[in-house]
Amino acid sequence: MDNKNRASTLMRKTLMAVTGLFLCFFLVIHLLGNLQLLLPAEQAKASFNSYSQLLSGNIFIKIISYVLYASIVIHCLDALIITLKNKKTAGRYAVDNRGKASKWYSRNMGILGTLILIFLVFHFRDFWYQYKFGSLPKDESGHKDLYAIVVAAYHDWWYVLFYVLSMFALGYHLLHGFYSAARSLGLYHPKYVSWVRTFGTGYSYIITIGFAIIPIYIYLTQHVLWN
Amino acid sequence: MKLYLKIWRQSDAASEGKLVDYELDNVIPHMSFLEMMDTLNEQLVLKGDRPVEFDHDCREGICGQCGMMINGQAHGPIANLTTCQLHMREFKDGDTIYVEPFRALAFPIKRDLRVDRSAFDRIIMAGGFVSVNTGQAPEANGIPITHEQAESAFDSAACIGCGACVATCKNSSAALFTSAKISHLAKLPQGKMESRKRVLSMVKQMDEENFGHCSNTEACEVECPQQISVLNIARMNWEYSLSSVLKK
Ligand code: HEM
Ligand code: SF4
Ligand code: FES
Repeated sequence: MDNKNRASTLMRKTLMAVTGLFLCFFLVIHLLGNLQLLLPAEQAKASFNSYSQLLSGNIFIKIISYVLYASIVIHCLDALIITLKNKKTAGRYAVDNRGKASKWYSRNMGILGTLILIFLVFHFRDFWYQYKFGSLPKDESGHKDLYAIVVAAYHDWWYVLFYVLSMFALGYHLLHGFYSAARSLGLYHPKYVSWVRTFGTGYSYIITIGFAIIPIYIYLTQHVLWN
Repeated sequence: MKLYLKIWRQSDAASEGKLVDYELDNVIPHMSFLEMMDTLNEQLVLKGDRPVEFDHDCREGICGQCGMMINGQAHGPIANLTTCQLHMREFKDGDTIYVEPFRALAFPIKRDLRVDRSAFDRIIMAGGFVSVNTGQAPEANGIPITHEQAESAFDSAACIGCGACVATCKNSSAALFTSAKISHLAKLPQGKMESRKRVLSMVKQMDEENFGHCSNTEACEVECPQQISVLNIARMNWEYSLSSVLKK
């Protein structure tokens, strides 16, 4: 019926998994960099700004960033194709208790992904776009003062809340996504399957808490306690 | 006990179906779910109504013919059980029970609770044949197979093709069924020889039958009467990628 769509269901899932895992890898680097924001304000400013400058000039990081943009686009498009196909093939019941047999977040990867995408639009607008195309003030060492932008962004509690909730959407996406990707790529040895599951759970917790704690910390230390 | 049944009635694939209310008295807790349906049908026939059609054969949990969505769960409320092995003692007097057919784009409804699962047969056919001498029993140790290998292949071969995995999957994916068939043959030396070709053609057929993408929710393993492991799916994915890459 639907055979204009040449790639097999399994190839599409492989593509999801590869792009998803690249995004997972990127999140680790991104988090490690951002942890500098948890330093005392003066130190954080110097360290974070010079780090940002360093990254923006590095050819290796440039390549990674193009792979990153491509991964996001391919992951989202493939997600859309998969989700639409699944909507079409799925049976619908008058009374449906199938949810008892699986985790809610495993059944709602499309919705969680959409939440992440909405978040990414704001995230790119407020930091990535500002850094690349905005006119940023310079700090004492002559680096673009991204730190000031970050601190200013978390001025409002509702913005911080939006960030934290988005990180939970990401967290649940990862909680299913990480091990699902390993399965899609064909990891079937029972021992390593259970290792990967444990690792994926730990990974998801660290990423979620790590990213969520930064806006809360900045909001509390820079906006609530000092003003 | 007395039951209030809401059963899907549909006269053929082309027509619209709907849930119809029935009351059934004197249900004995020891009855199987299918015996309860028989009792209802007896009453319908005596009244001159058309009985509710449903698939069944062995009634001992081995053929995979029976299959109903009972209160929104494949094969009813108990995990890892066929409908024929579900007993009325799992329900209470006065319960309302919804009975629907297994649904999927790939499983058209033939009538009432009876669905066309021939897509499964076509997936198996796409796998081709294994050359096994079916004459005299061959020498048992002619082909060395370890006990663990045999057990593992048998675990995959235990799939009875009931379709609960598809019915319970939010995407109506046939990944568990197809992967069980692929793994069962790939795990034994007789089937391994052609496993590369087999996985490609079975997956192609699976897609042509309009089953969905597997999301690894693992609901299928929970509802599968044979507890076929989701790791079969991972093995299929591995065999598929490898075979696609190595294909000449
Ligand atoms: C930082 C961002 C993201 C990361 C790290 C990520 C990671 C992953 C991973 C590892 C998987 C598992 C792949 C598999 O099941 O084989 C996955 C699946 C999925 N992702 Fe993402 N993803 C991200 C963003 C998004 C976005 C923005 C969307 C949607 C627009 C999205 C939609 C999906 C969907 C629908 C699936 C499930 C596919 C399925 O269950 O069949 N993801 N993601
Ligand atoms: S894998 Fe399990 S649920 Fe699916 S058809 Fe086989 S026996 Fe039935
Ligand atoms: S009738 Fe054979 S398994 Fe239920």
